[in-house]
Amino acid sequence: MAMSEIDAVEGSVKLSVTDVSKSFGGVRAVRGISVDVPRGMIFSIIGPNGAGKTTLLNMISGFYHPDEGSIYFEDTDITVMTPANRASLGIARTFQNIALFKGLTVLENLMLGRHVHMKSGVMSSMLYWGAAQKEEVEHRGRVEEIIDFLKLSDLRKQPTGALAYGLQKRVELGRALAVDPTLLLLDEPMAGMNQEEKEDMVRYVLDVNDEWGTTMVLIEHDMGVVMDISDHVVVLDQGSKIAEGSPDHVRADQGVIDAYLGTGNKE
Amino acid sequence: MEWQFFFELFTNGILTGLMYSLVAVGFVLIYKSTDAINFAQGEFCMIAAIVTAGLLQMYGVPLIVALAGGLIFMLLFNMGLERFVLRPMIGRPIVAIIMATIGLAFLFRGLGPLIFGAETQPINLPIPDDPIIWGPFFLIPIDLLGAGISLGFLALFGWFFMKSRKGVAMRAVADSHQVSMAMGINVERYFALAWMLAGVVALLGGVVWGSAIGVDTQLAQLGLKVFPVVILGGLDSIIGVIVGGIIVGVVEALAAGYIDPYVGGGTKDFTPYVLMILVLMIRPYGIFGKPIIERI
Repeated sequence: MAMSEIDAVEGSVKLSVTDVSKSFGGVRAVRGISVDVPRGMIFSIIGPNGAGKTTLLNMISGFYHPDEGSIYFEDTDITVMTPANRASLGIARTFQNIALFKGLTVLENLMLGRHVHMKSGVMSSMLYWGAAQKEEVEHRGRVEEIIDFLKLSDLRKQPTGALAYGLQKRVELGRALAVDPTLLLLDEPMAGMNQEEKEDMVRYVLDVNDEWGTTMVLIEHDMGVVMDISDHVVVLDQGSKIAEGSPDHVRADQGVIDAYLGTGNKE
Repeated sequence: MEWQFFFELFTNGILTGLMYSLVAVGFVLIYKSTDAINFAQGEFCMIAAIVTAGLLQMYGVPLIVALAGGLIFMLLFNMGLERFVLRPMIGRPIVAIIMATIGLAFLFRGLGPLIFGAETQPINLPIPDDPIIWGPFFLIPIDLLGAGISLGFLALFGWFFMKSRKGVAMRAVADSHQVSMAMGINVERYFALAWMLAGVVALLGGVVWGSAIGVDTQLAQLGLKVFPVVILGGLDSIIGVIVGGIIVGVVEALAAGYIDPYVGGGTKDFTPYVLMILVLMIRPYGIFGKPIIERI
């Protein structure tokens, strides 16, 4: 945390969202939200159901394009860039519902995370077996590091569909890490987990942030977790930003208490 | 004598079945990468065969040139089809894509003869017509060649999907377009690749079957003909296509040999479908298909 504060002081902004809006039909899901995410921070977005959290995250990862406003990743305008191109810039994400490739093994899932770093094209990888093979070995090394880091060694060859829920979430985190992201978007990584699984996931999130300085944008419903691990919290309600600041600051904010914590919506 | 008749039916059933597999793998390629069922695969075979036969008959080019021409045509044809008809449908419900392929199937079946003529054209491969008699077996050369080509290419596709990086990525794309995009996988490129591969398979199937039974719109019937093969084996399994093909081929041959004489013929045309329905009742995902287990 200390390190990320220093970065923040230097004014190095990883992700800059300016005045974005998004409507679906007549519903204005996000209304003119701006956030700046400093490099190396664990940055959380909270808010009651329907506040626009996932819509905002989907605009950052490229699944939705904003109707208005702009999104910059470092110095690159990514407002209308495709998700695949954002991935090659170093933006990775996990999904709210487990989104592993179920028929594929743990190892294959993680190797697919390396896809953006693989150079050889469709034809060359079919024809020049040797070059593609060499590349494969290099990427396998990085994937093995991640497998060790997340303690998934025994599960390498297991099809992911058969794994326990908490493990699937961990594999999904691993696959996102295989992208070597500098910005990692986590959509409710602890949803549906029991206490032990949550504690594991919290530890891995903090370790990733420590080890690689990865900037993280996190959506999470578990307020305890959010207040414990976040450097900075943004609160959304009905598509607008109603507060932001340190966890302590946000916890004390009367508007937040009214809109979110006080309504019986908290989990 | 009785056993010899059985062996004859059995071996020819296996060879015919493997030739079905060659057509059926076209369905599997598309299903594995896009999750859709392409009902126009039989028409692809027809088009590929018509183009190849046309080059041979009308322009009198050597076989190898005609095959190369057919290959280039199918690659471009399917690339165009993917780009202009199917790609705009990415993200729509799968059933919309399936209905579109049914529409395309009827369009091609109508346009094929309109453009190329309705006469049956031959494709003559440089192999003998006379059957090979080998012990109790009575083998037709084109069937042997077709079965061999089929096994070779099925092995190649099996390796591609299981071991090669592109094949694994293709399975990932089939599993989820959205997640694949988030991993930086260019989904459109893999769709194009899948349809081009389906075009290559259609050329192989079209030429093999075209030289066995002649080239006209009847070839398009192959699509529905091999449907039990695909369902029996499992829509997403290469091994399943081989086993499904052999089962269907053998069942057809045995039905034709043993049942038809008593009922006056025709049973071989529907027995595979009876088998398909039975298998669907026991294993809805086919013999080798991956079961989809939903946690509730």
